Amino acid sequence: MNAVIENFDLVVRAFTYTVLLFLIAGVLSLVFGTFLAAMRVGPVAVLSKAAAVYVTLVRNTPLLVVLIFVRIAGPKVGLNFNFVDIVIGEIRINNLFAACVFGLTVYTSAFVCEAIRAGINAVPLGQAEAARAIGLPFGGTMREVVLPQAFRATIPPLASVQIALLKNTTLAGAFGVAEAFYRMKILTNNAPGEKIGIFLTFALVFVVLVEIVSFAANRFERRARVAT
Amino acid sequence: MSTSANVLFDAPGPRTVARHRIYTLIASVGLIGVLAFVVWRLYDSGQLTYEKWEVFVTPDYIRAILVDGLLVTLQMAVSAVLLAVIFGLVFGVGKLSDHSWVRWPSWAVVEFFRAVPVLLLMTLIFFSYGISRGDTGAYWTVVIALMLYNGAVLAEVFRAGIQAVPSGQSEAAYAIGMRKSQVMNLIMLPQGVKIMLPAIISQMVVALKDTSLGYVVAAPGLTAVGKLIWNGEQNQVPTAIVLAALYIVTNLALTALATLAQKKLVGEKKPLEVPMVGHLDAGQKP
Repeated sequence: MNAVIENFDLVVRAFTYTVLLFLIAGVLSLVFGTFLAAMRVGPVAVLSKAAAVYVTLVRNTPLLVVLIFVRIAGPKVGLNFNFVDIVIGEIRINNLFAACVFGLTVYTSAFVCEAIRAGINAVPLGQAEAARAIGLPFGGTMREVVLPQAFRATIPPLASVQIALLKNTTLAGAFGVAEAFYRMKILTNNAPGEKIGIFLTFALVFVVLVEIVSFAANRFERRARVAT
Repeated sequence: MSTSANVLFDAPGPRTVARHRIYTLIASVGLIGVLAFVVWRLYDSGQLTYEKWEVFVTPDYIRAILVDGLLVTLQMAVSAVLLAVIFGLVFGVGKLSDHSWVRWPSWAVVEFFRAVPVLLLMTLIFFSYGISRGDTGAYWTVVIALMLYNGAVLAEVFRAGIQAVPSGQSEAAYAIGMRKSQVMNLIMLPQGVKIMLPAIISQMVVALKDTSLGYVVAAPGLTAVGKLIWNGEQNQVPTAIVLAALYIVTNLALTALATLAQKKLVGEKKPLEVPMVGHLDAGQKP
């Protein structure tokens, strides 16, 4: 445990990076994923096909390959994030961080899109039919009847997607962001004798973070749930 | 598009059709613009020249990519999933045990390995076992780490699958005097496996994608071969495209297999629902 205690500030900073990656990529992927889902279920066939192709391609590519695209192949075609350089105290958000956020967002958005689409499909057919029967137009059907119900059905799968994102942020460590996995690897390398203690510390923090997200989602779902 | 989405719209009238035609036009122009921009960027930075792609039409390289790359990756994924099925079976059945001293440890193990990132597991296993054993060490590091993670996920699948067997089955089995282990082995598991098989094949896709994580411990496989190629040829962009294409094709084939299994074995019923990590009542017996 000494390795963790002696480098406590580094460990805290590493997890700050992890949480930042998770929050920024999480919010961006929710926004972009919702946008994709809107394209996917909308009436314009071209957009629906485009979103479907995007989701199929990205979902079947490993996140590592997505990050290879962003971090290793990207700079060769001029895709870099050199304009990003924000320093807040000890935390530095640079181009590597931004590139990893971009990769995580691209990857997670596909799963967010699928989760939302599944939620919309989970609304019983009769609901939409009834809304149509009382004369609501498409906008009204969606806004007043389908989406409020789909939103509830979407919370559990979205929470799973976000938990997966939280665990996936560790991959950013393999591409130069000094987050938890990166720090753990260095600490283990410097003190191989304490590998189990180091692993358990980092693993337990992750378990706690996952439980927090999961608990928040459960609470949120319970509040949004209605009698059925 | 699914049937439920169709009911959201009226059959469009002439004005809506005209409006949609304009949307389609704008969207098409936009999408073609994006594609053209990407192709232009690739062309402008010299990524589309023959030299950059030459290795992918060279027989020796193709053999290296398919045999040292794809085949090894598939081997890793298959061994990981086979081991994970055993791991999952033990802990999935353990979670359904009548004895709380079996149930709670099983629950803890499953929850722990589901919540911990695979990369952390990989690092621990690599430094404990793989580091002194070269390529074989890295290979088994990936397989063991994926076994633990996918095994924990499959444990949930097994539990859900066994619970999906109608309760009348186990009641009938108890009624004709079967013991607990007989009910599980002869009645519940054989029927449960049928329901679970599509979920197990889908988990193969996850395992196959995760084998790429071996990159961080220098394990053999598709990404390792890719890294060798782009380090030697300096053709990062074409290599990334080829890697992605190989993963996508393999995964789509597996997904098609899972869909087929779903149709053959389960019918049009909904696929198995597995609760997420940390779901509060996942540990309780029904």
